[in-house]
Amino acid sequence: MSDLRPVIPVVVWPGSNDDRDAQLALQRLGADSPRVWHTDDDLPPDTAAVVLPGGFSYGDYLRCGAIARFSPILRAIEAFAARGGLVLGICNGFQILTEAGLLPGALRPNQSLSFVCRDVRLRIERTDTPFTSRCREGQELTIPVKHGDGCWFADHELLAHLESSGQLVLRYAPGGNPNGAVADVAGVLNADANVFGLMPHPEHAVDPLLGSPDGALILGSLVDAARLSLAAPV
Amino acid sequence: MRATVLVRPKPGILDPQGQAVESSLRHLGFEVGEARVGRLVDVDVATDDRAEALAQIERMCEQLLANPLIESYEIELEHA
Repeated sequence: MSDLRPVIPVVVWPGSNDDRDAQLALQRLGADSPRVWHTDDDLPPDTAAVVLPGGFSYGDYLRCGAIARFSPILRAIEAFAARGGLVLGICNGFQILTEAGLLPGALRPNQSLSFVCRDVRLRIERTDTPFTSRCREGQELTIPVKHGDGCWFADHELLAHLESSGQLVLRYAPGGNPNGAVADVAGVLNADANVFGLMPHPEHAVDPLLGSPDGALILGSLVDAARLSLAAPV
Repeated sequence: MRATVLVRPKPGILDPQGQAVESSLRHLGFEVGEARVGRLVDVDVATDDRAEALAQIERMCEQLLANPLIESYEIELEHA
């Protein structure tokens, strides 16, 4: 079982720039990770999970992710997610998933109006998800952020709902919120727990040489879950 | 027919751009209250029927031009 390499494609849009890092990290963690172009109508055969990488799709025109969400591949991803398929959005990928309505909330310009590029401390709130199973509850991770529009927003009603349903899986450690996100939210899960988005970049923190190996806990969890899903394909 | 769509951050939504503009205006010596920054989209629609144009632009706003969670929009149609 453990020698199976689950297929986890990484989607590429014009303006994506973290797709190769995501691909390399996933391959090192045991996945087979082809890059797929945004105009493709279908995900590759045997796709076990899909990653929407960071970058600046369509130059962040209008709102970050607002144009990429209409790509043909998004229709395939929506159908895949509706069947329970695992979907991970990183930074711009997270923005695309919120614009597409696959994840709750919206991402606004950073409160500081500055582009933030540095390591942040993060707290894992739940480990019973396909994206955090390699972590310990309450564990703190060090992973970099690099974004201008990472201020996650939900109104009071939505926030209260997400708190009670346990969907706020990843937060900036107290005092370390880099962008003004409501309730220090750094990553959000959907209600069915198969779609996750986060602003920090786990693919940039998969080796001590990069400053931290903590991102491998998140991507490794995804590879584990994708491998398990091969037993029951979606 | 030409339409102008005004997209604004909803009340209560943090608007750091608006705050920066507000602060700059004060530095210039203007006595201003709150400033908020939105977006303006001019769009030509392929119909001269006002009701039809309005219906089309509302769909554009809901699907793309505004994010209803954080933004409100207002449509102005040019006078015939």
